[in-house]
This record gives sequence, C-alpha cells and structure tokens, in this order.
Amino acid sequence: MIRINNLTKRYEKLTAVDNLSLDIEQGEVFGLLGQNGAGKTTVIHMLATLLKPTSGSATVNNFDIQKEPEKVRTSIGIVFQVPSSDDLLTGYENLQIHAMLYGVDPSIREKRIQDALELVGLTERKDDQVKKYSGGMRRRLEIARGLIHSPKVLFLDEPTLGLDPSSRETMWKYIQQLVKQEKLTIILTTHYMEEADMLCNRIGIMDKGKIIALDTPTNLKLMLGGDIVKLKLKKHDSDITVLKNLACVKKIESFDGYVILGVDDAKKNIPEILKHVDVESVESSSPTLSDVFLKLTGKNIKEQAEGGFLERYVQYDKH
Amino acid sequence: MYNMTSIRVYADKIYALWLREVKVFFREKSRLVASTFTPLLWLFVIGSGFSSSTSVAHSIDYQKFIFPGIICMSVVFSAVFFGSYIIWDRKFDFLKSVMVAPVSRSTIFTGKAFGGMTNSLIQVSILLVVGLIIGIQFSPLALVQTVVIVLLLSFALTSLGLTLGSYMTSLEGFQMIISFVVFPLFFLSGALFPIDKLPQWLSVLTTVDPVTYAVDALRNIILGIGSHPLGLDLLILLIYSCVLGALGTYSFKKMKAV
Repeated sequence: MIRINNLTKRYEKLTAVDNLSLDIEQGEVFGLLGQNGAGKTTVIHMLATLLKPTSGSATVNNFDIQKEPEKVRTSIGIVFQVPSSDDLLTGYENLQIHAMLYGVDPSIREKRIQDALELVGLTERKDDQVKKYSGGMRRRLEIARGLIHSPKVLFLDEPTLGLDPSSRETMWKYIQQLVKQEKLTIILTTHYMEEADMLCNRIGIMDKGKIIALDTPTNLKLMLGGDIVKLKLKKHDSDITVLKNLACVKKIESFDGYVILGVDDAKKNIPEILKHVDVESVESSSPTLSDVFLKLTGKNIKEQAEGGFLERYVQYDKH
Repeated sequence: MYNMTSIRVYADKIYALWLREVKVFFREKSRLVASTFTPLLWLFVIGSGFSSSTSVAHSIDYQKFIFPGIICMSVVFSAVFFGSYIIWDRKFDFLKSVMVAPVSRSTIFTGKAFGGMTNSLIQVSILLVVGLIIGIQFSPLALVQTVVIVLLLSFALTSLGLTLGSYMTSLEGFQMIISFVVFPLFFLSGALFPIDKLPQWLSVLTTVDPVTYAVDALRNIILGIGSHPLGLDLLILLIYSCVLGALGTYSFKKMKAV
C-alpha cells in the first residue's frame, strides 16, 4: 500500500528524516512511535505531498508522491496534529465543504456526510459551530473529514495529543471501530506508548529520523527477554543454582538482595519456579513499549505537552 | 478529461471555497460591523466637516465629492484585509487541510478571490444604500457600471492581499500591510481630493496607484466628473487585475504548505 525508498528530508542544519525505507501493507494499522522531533510528522507530510523530499521516493496506493501528487491526495485522508477545521462553521458545513473539495459525487454526498458523522458520534452536534466543540469532538470531526471521500489510506498525526485521558480512551474506541468497519490502511504517529501498543499491529520506532526497530508490539516487547520476575530468596546461594537450571528462566541478575529473572510467560511459569525455591516475596511485571524504547534509545519517552496544540490555541485564539 | 463531470467537480470546488468565505464573513460579526462603520465615519465626519469650509471642483458638495472615494476605501480595506487574512488560515491550519485536498493552487486562489470580491460587494451595497440617504441617485446603468468597477478593483486588491499574505508567516506583518499598503493606496488615490492640480511628486504616486482609476471611474459614473475617460480607467483597472491576479496565482503555487 505504501512503499518508501530511502526517503530523506534535510533542512539546513538538521536531517529530519534520514534515508528511510519502509513498506506498509494494505489493511495494516501502522504506528510510527517516537519522541517529538524524531521525524514522524515530516514522514507523514512527505507522504501526503505537503512537503517535498530532499531525496528518495515513495508511493502511496501505487501513486508516486512526487509525480502524481493529486492522485495521492485523492486516495488519502489525513488528520493533522492540530485540528484544522474552521471553527466558525458547523461540523456539518466543514464536512460539506471538504466533500466538495474532494469531488464526492453529489448523489452520495449527503449520505457520506451522515455516515461519517455517525461513525464519530457527532450526529447530534452537527449543526453546532466547531468553536463550541470539546477537544475530543474536534479530533473526531477531523477523522470524519478525513474519511468523507472514502480514502484507501488514513494518516493520523498524533490523534490524541493534548486530550485528557477519558477523551483519549473515547478516541481509541472510535479508531478501533474504524479499523473494523472501513477496511482502511492506517498510519498513525504517536509518542504515547500505550496508544501504539493498543491500536497498531506493527510499530516502527523512530529516533533522529531513522527507524531503529520495526515489528509487532508483542515481538518488540519480547526483545527485552520476556517478563520480569523479582524474587527475595530465603536460601540465596543454593537457590540461585537451582534457578539457573530451570528451562523457563532466561536471565538471572542479583540486585540489592533480590534476584531478578527474565522469564517467558511469567503467569504460567511462576508456580513452577515456586516449586523449586523458597521465597519471601515475589513480584512480576511485563515489559512495556516504554521499556523497549528506553532500551533502544537510552531515552525515556515522556508525555510532553509540546507539539503546540494548546500553546497555539492560547496564542492565536481569534474569537 | 474535460467532460461535464470534471467541469462540475471544478465548479463545486470553487463553490466550496467561496461558500466558506461568505459564511465566515457573515459570522465574524465584529469584523463586519467594524469594516462597515469606518467608511461611514469618514463619509459623515470628514465629509460633513470639510463640506462646510471646503469647495472642490465643479462646485459639488464635499460629502458627495468623496462618496466615490469612500466606496473605493471600503473596497481597499475589505479586499486587502481579506487577502492577507490567509495568515489566519495558515495559523489555524485550515489552509493546510485545503492544500492536502486534490485542489490545485490556482483553484484555491480563484475561490479565495471570489470570496473577497463578494465581501467587497456586500460592503459596497450597504454604502450605496447610505448614498441614497444623502441624496446620491443611480440610474440602472450607473449601478451596473459601479458593480463592474468595484469587482475589478476588489479582484486586483484581493490578489494583492493574497500575494502579500502568502509570503507572511507571522501576524506582525499585518500591521506593516496596514501602514505601508492599505493607507497609501487609499490616500494616494485622490479619494479625498481632486487629482488635477497636484504637485509633481504626488501626481506621480497617484498615477501608479490602481485605486486612483477606480475613484476616477466611479466619480465619472456617479457624479459625472472625472479626470480620465471612463474607458481608460477601465482599461488600466483591467491591466492591474490581470497582473495582480497572475502574481497571486504564482505566489500561491510557490507557497509552502507546511
């Protein structure tokens, strides 16, 4: 569905996207995960034909992004990081205007608008001006707008940036529903680990313009050597030898009087371990994508309020 | 390629862009009120104030004399502001959402220009009604001619505003446009004084100001006095419209989307 070959975007001092190659298949929900400034949005902007690559090429839906930009644009929908609907217009009017801009046939236009509103749960509020919408509703309207022309590919650039936790969960619900109903290929960027984990079936972790890891969320987490089990042993030295001989234990480290084990499928194997050793306490945890990210980049991904959404709203509130 | 469907799709795109502008225009009440109020202030305060002590050519009442100029003023302000308002569209990313749609830059420009022309026409209509109140009468022909001149001037100046706006990335530039574009265009046009007996330096400046020809044309149409033949005014306005329209289209094509 999307083929990216050595795509590069260089600014004067900065290489935003560095020789990136990637294939995304039809029907995938692909996540680009990384910190702000990793180059995720630049990739999306190039694929959406808004930004010219410095070098390299890409096709979206078999159309070349540089040679056939208009065809690429017709076949994609995009939700920008900052909501871009006109807030003096109603939700319905925004959709109506975009349906016309995308050349949606008048005979099906009305139905497409109603369906899109229904899908994102905005039917009841369609005649309100967008300035009266909450942050979550604006995002949902953007999604409806992105879908109005039945695109084959939908780009979601940080779809939940700046939303409160409950709006974020609502948003996830709508995105998951979308995947089920519309048979779309979705490319989303995010710096929220749990968002990528929950929504995507494949993730590319981006750092400094490069993809440094590419796999399913499950496999990425397996990179860390399975689950982590932390034990406090009664008979420390002799039991460590016992643990070393257990098949399910992949790694052993001693730390501060505790023993930390790397274990496949901790839920299943903890009872097995406990049969062989006496413990005072036991704790287990599954690695998260944050752990993977930390291991790969040496950086902690933080939930940064950067990216400008709120900032820009405060600064340029025109009404 | 150029069958009925593609023509209809093209017309729909222009219509969509225009519709958005018109709806926004009517919903931004404060902008609408302010831009209608300013010309009225000029017409009644400056117009009446000078009327009592100044006599201009052809012994026409000063208030009536500046009426065509005030119409042009309303067009200058509304059109240049409208054009440079795309800075807002960019700030709010609305423009990005239009640029990512399968709509060519020249189509976006055309839709915007139509929006600007409509805005100017609405404001001028209000002034024409006020004109009736202060005793300015129109024949149907004069009304049609006035509309043509207003649309031409508005297209030229909306194009100018869109061109400037397409190069600006911050709102600070807006103040520069007011000081260095809007006011000079208005003051140098002879909207407030006859242009026949000006000192040479001023005369040169009024000659290059496109608004001069619209003021002169409207004075010709409405009051029956003018410094140039109406045909010449019309021709020069047409040339300005073509040049500024082409410049605007070019700037839109060059404009960065992100």
